[in-house]
Amino acid sequence: MVRVVRVERSTGSIDRTRERGTMPWPLGIPAAVAVFFLLVPLVAMLVRAPWSGLTRILANSTVLDALRLSLLSASAATVASFVLGVPLAWMLARARWRGLSVLRALVTLPLVLPPVVGGVALLLAFGRNGVVGKAIYDWTGFALPFTTWGVVVAETFVAMPFLVVTVEGAFRAADQGFEEAAATLGASRMTIFRRVTLPLIGPSLVAGSVLCWARALGEFGATITFAGNNPDTQTMPIAVYLANESDTDAAIALSLVLLLVSVVVLVALRDRWLRQGPAL
Amino acid sequence: MRRTVVTASVGLSAAALVLAGCGSSGGSGTASSSSGSSTTSGVTGTVTVFAAASLKSSFTVIGKAFEAANPGVKVTFNFGPSSGLATSIAQGNPADVFASASPTNMDSVVKASDASDPTTFAKNAMQIAVPPSNPGAITGIADLAKPGVKVARCADAVPCGKLAMTIFTKAKITVNPVDRAVDVNGVVKDVTTGEVDAGLVYVTDVLAQGAKVKGIVIPADVNASTSYPIAVLSKAPNAAGAKAFKAFVLSDTGVAALTDAGFEKP
Repeated sequence: MVRVVRVERSTGSIDRTRERGTMPWPLGIPAAVAVFFLLVPLVAMLVRAPWSGLTRILANSTVLDALRLSLLSASAATVASFVLGVPLAWMLARARWRGLSVLRALVTLPLVLPPVVGGVALLLAFGRNGVVGKAIYDWTGFALPFTTWGVVVAETFVAMPFLVVTVEGAFRAADQGFEEAAATLGASRMTIFRRVTLPLIGPSLVAGSVLCWARALGEFGATITFAGNNPDTQTMPIAVYLANESDTDAAIALSLVLLLVSVVVLVALRDRWLRQGPAL
Repeated sequence: MRRTVVTASVGLSAAALVLAGCGSSGGSGTASSSSGSSTTSGVTGTVTVFAAASLKSSFTVIGKAFEAANPGVKVTFNFGPSSGLATSIAQGNPADVFASASPTNMDSVVKASDASDPTTFAKNAMQIAVPPSNPGAITGIADLAKPGVKVARCADAVPCGKLAMTIFTKAKITVNPVDRAVDVNGVVKDVTTGEVDAGLVYVTDVLAQGAKVKGIVIPADVNASTSYPIAVLSKAPNAAGAKAFKAFVLSDTGVAALTDAGFEKP
């Protein structure tokens, strides 16, 4: 199997080299517009950043607390999304049930739902008066809203569909011949899933997780609605929003920190996990 | 498949940068226009009013009455936290009138020469809002300091948060709120969904919610209120409309709508 994969890899790089030389020039203009559109707001933030007051603003301990909470909760949401989302993606890609396309649309709904609406929906479901939350509250006295767990739940709700959609596409595209070969050699279904299917879509698992993590890190609407704002739930985006109410400079400074951390993590991840040859 | 991965990972950094900047904007509402009045005035076009979130119900009524009195004129509202609206005006967002829930936010706009000559048109005191079933058995302000009682108030930077802190200080109690909401509507939402036992809101919010919340009066000696100033903005695209709207808010019709909503006269 290893030999076969290596053959596929070398074919891939030949394809890419050829395509790179023949990019149709009219694509360059919209591509440049896209780069301009995506980067100008970031550049504007750097231009307007309160560089001289930066250390004073960032010395505030609530900033570090918010940053720590953001990183922790986004990572926890990514783990939860991975554990629950990968099996869901497999089911959506491979199962042959009637009504599966409706289910696919429903579980990816948080992609189009305004996050604040998602937060309200979460309250109605898992709040202490919620459809599910009331039973939990009556039984244990525990309610998710206004806790760090609530932050993780809100972020998972919003971010998991990003992972599911990415990984589902990979499951569909993966060559099922390898799985069939493993099956003829006597591997059980679970062994095939773990040892053949998952390694086959490895890069997409990483890409989906990173996308999910990034979405969770920037999450605002569902988090503020479901988990509120207190020292246990104030993530960086909420700190930025509140800072902007009274002090735009502080808001820009906090945003820069969040951007810096995101870029460092994404670049590090890409170098470590997504390096696929000369194209990256 | 490998090409898909390359595309995805290149897109990722861009996606993360954009996502990190996500925020939310205040809601806006537009009063419907009505005709039939024969009043003539020099006012035309659209009047854009930036008003504190707590003015939503009364200003919607005033807006409709203003449109009825001035056929052809349309009033567009942007309701949000006063501090956020003040920031938005400072950043050049075009508006004709600013009605703030606190003199502080109006002062910052006046200082930046974006408005002049503000007039105080109403006062709003605070009340404790509890869910109709009153799960925390709240009877007065002192109950908010009890352990296990979940309290919501506005964030420190927002006028209703400052008032809440003043009340706690006057009542000599220490409260650890589970939610410091970005505006008073966030506190109202916490109470109406029953997620908190009590929330500190304006008297007007309790009236606006009707049977969905129960109001518990805060004694006058520990209560605090905020003054509402209104001003025409210097860069108002519709200066005539802005002046007319401000005068209309200060007129008997305006005062009646404000009193109905629970505001006190200044």
